[in-house]
Amino acid sequence: MSTYVFIAEALFFAFVILTFMGAVLAVRSRLLMHAVLGLAVCLLGVAGLYFYLGSIFLTMMQILIYVGAICILMVFGVMVGYTPQEIAESNFTGRNRFLAVAASFAGFFLLLIPVLRATFPVAAEKTGDFSLPWLGETLLYRYCLAFELISVVLLAAIIGAIILATGGRES
Amino acid sequence: MLSASSYLTTYLIIALVLFVMGIYGMVRHRSFMGMLVSTELILCGASINFMAFNRFVLPDPAIGQVFTLFIMGIAAAEAAIVVSFILAVYRKYQTDDPSAVHDLRH
Repeated sequence: MSTYVFIAEALFFAFVILTFMGAVLAVRSRLLMHAVLGLAVCLLGVAGLYFYLGSIFLTMMQILIYVGAICILMVFGVMVGYTPQEIAESNFTGRNRFLAVAASFAGFFLLLIPVLRATFPVAAEKTGDFSLPWLGETLLYRYCLAFELISVVLLAAIIGAIILATGGRES
Repeated sequence: MLSASSYLTTYLIIALVLFVMGIYGMVRHRSFMGMLVSTELILCGASINFMAFNRFVLPDPAIGQVFTLFIMGIAAAEAAIVVSFILAVYRKYQTDDPSAVHDLRH
């Protein structure tokens, strides 16, 4: 095994560990702000996983949309909506402990068995590639309607969010 | 072990762990914002699954990427709606605890 392959695998495990550490911080932290920042770390690790899955474009999109937009939106939501006192002592995770552990363990083992046992038939021949022009062509020709609908949904969501955040129909 | 990044099962297990952590957080968190964070973890697990199948199984590798982009768009819309909803609920009830919000009537 060459040195480059070893370095690539070590980087892969670093991304996996980053993802899991961020997820643990997001799920278990006592403070809301730490949970949101843990989510940002987790999403950065997932961006690295997308890189290993062959798509540099989605790596960039993950960092731009998820880390750059959604996490910042959540940080703003926390900072605008809560008083400093509430942020300082928010999000105690003291209850439902046994229920949470039971639900997650049951879900994990229930889904782990088919994941380990199933075999997935690999497609015989590739009809496309990972290149950006092919992705753009697929997005704008074959999935054109879905693409337009997503943009309409996003517009409706933003308008609805503004209406909700400014106090509803009365004000 | 050293070529784990080139197996489909590795990514499926990573996605499964993220999904289960999201479920755990949904049950355990005591605030709407914490539950929203956990929801994003679940969505992320789904996206990794799509990308993994896209890389290893599908004949056309653009389809999984398109689906993951759509998931990102839906997640952005969902986050915008939910954050403004949390702010509206907080303004009315002065709390972020899901068990303290009994009805949404005005």
